[in-house]
Amino acid sequence: MQSLWTLLNDPNMQWIFISCTLLGLSSGIIGCFSYLRKQSLMGDTLAHAALPGICIAFMLTGTKSLLIFLIGAAIAGVIATFGIGFVTRHSRIKHDAAMGIVLSGFFGLGIVLLTVIQHGSYGNQAGLDKFLFGQAAAMIGSDVLTMSIVSVLLIAVCFLLFKQFKLISFDPGFARGIGYPVAFLEQLLMLLMVVSVVVGIQAVGVVLVAALLITPAVSARYWTHRLGAMVILSGLFGAISGAAGTLISSTAANLPTGPLTVLAATALFFLSILFGPQKGLLAKQFIRLRVKRKLEQSQIRGNVKARVAAAETEKGAAL
Amino acid sequence: MEQKQRVEAKAPLTIQGLSAAYQKKPVLRNVSFSVQEGELVGVIGPNGAGKSTMMKAALGLIPRLSGEVLVYGKPYKQQRKLVGYVPQRESVDWDFPTNALDVVTMGRYGHLGWFGRPGAKERAIAMESLAKVGMADFATRQISQLSGGQQQRVFLARALAQDASLYFMDEPFAGVDAATEKAIITLLQELKRQGKTVIVVHHDLATVQEYFDSVLLLNVELQAYGPTDEVFTQELLQQTYGGRLAFLDRSRNHSDIFATKG
Repeated sequence: MQSLWTLLNDPNMQWIFISCTLLGLSSGIIGCFSYLRKQSLMGDTLAHAALPGICIAFMLTGTKSLLIFLIGAAIAGVIATFGIGFVTRHSRIKHDAAMGIVLSGFFGLGIVLLTVIQHGSYGNQAGLDKFLFGQAAAMIGSDVLTMSIVSVLLIAVCFLLFKQFKLISFDPGFARGIGYPVAFLEQLLMLLMVVSVVVGIQAVGVVLVAALLITPAVSARYWTHRLGAMVILSGLFGAISGAAGTLISSTAANLPTGPLTVLAATALFFLSILFGPQKGLLAKQFIRLRVKRKLEQSQIRGNVKARVAAAETEKGAAL
Repeated sequence: MEQKQRVEAKAPLTIQGLSAAYQKKPVLRNVSFSVQEGELVGVIGPNGAGKSTMMKAALGLIPRLSGEVLVYGKPYKQQRKLVGYVPQRESVDWDFPTNALDVVTMGRYGHLGWFGRPGAKERAIAMESLAKVGMADFATRQISQLSGGQQQRVFLARALAQDASLYFMDEPFAGVDAATEKAIITLLQELKRQGKTVIVVHHDLATVQEYFDSVLLLNVELQAYGPTDEVFTQELLQQTYGGRLAFLDRSRNHSDIFATKG
């Protein structure tokens, strides 16, 4: 415990701790909407699509700035979404398969570009490969600041447009009917996803960042039947995962923050699936047992009644 | 002529030359009609006749190829608040984390500003709407734990909460229990008494005469439109349904024979 305290007193650690927590919080919140809109895997596609975007942004500018990477990844993400839309519209391929094709295609391109960069003559390419699995410890002050600002912005947008996001997640047709610009809101939600994926990549990596969008949201669904509570819980689970990931990685020797964060989120998921009061496995068993007992009791009562009735008719017959 | 125009301008709904297509196949061709205020209108036609498509195209939910939609004499886009819509129940995922009251409150979102949040007033209106469809006791029930008929009534209550003058209902009677069917009918009569206009996509030919003032027969093109007793005739139905209605009659006779044998 003492060592944990000294770690938290280290200003560099504090920054990483805060940004990972905020990242988990904002991804958890955005993730709720994408999960309810059945677009969980979209986050994964966007994350993989971000890799070639980041590589090309680096090749063009030669700088490693989070903002430039964000622009590159966002453009790649938009192309990927249009690609998925194009494939599903103009062929008989379903949405999931189309996502698989686009995801792997972009990721392949990203890996090729990454190799090209590493063998090329770019001065400061070192560390770009860290985007694959992320390296929170390698983040510098300006990255942390950008991440924090972006996270706060994401949360603010979700708070202000909660009503709109809720309605387009539940019933987009009705939303269109009352005059909401549904296409715009959907694109905005997609953009928020791209942004949260890109700021997360540095800490968690391209391969795992989608977990921060999916796992906390799914876990939260096990605890509540209300969207507001689900969004808050999901943000909380994400934040706890981020915090736990940073703390564990800083105490144990040489364990990576990103994967630990994802593992923490997965652990919370297992707790939820077991103990969640809504649809949790234990809760389900409990309800089944209670219903069974009630049924048995009423059957016993029925049996007793039948036996009494039978005895009475026998008596009547004897008389 | 001038008077006729004035009447037209007042009509709750005027549709002129409406056409729409899914992918490349046109499913609705050049439909024009005008609905009188305070009427219950049944939209009747075989499967794939474009009944739902007509509603969705009129409401701008799917792009239309051509045509004009006027609500009380003005383009639909300016009159959204006057229009309520009850989509098919299957169009949403009922496992969504929300309760019945919350869904009905969504009917008020169009009246709230961009950043406004529903408050006590909105919840009171929603509660009142739930009570009108006999669902007040289920206000806090998670929506996945409602029966199909109850879910349909929640959708109706949401439309009531919109406080519109013109309602579109897409198959509200499909697959509901008797209690819900009765609740819907009572509600339709109540709306009519308040001078509201309701257009209902309907499937069950047996109840058309009982429920609706006017009937619109549709099979890709408009077949007939007018008061129920004038339009809901054997001849016009035959024309709308083509051979299929005859087949229906024959199969019914067939089962009669089977029944007597049994």
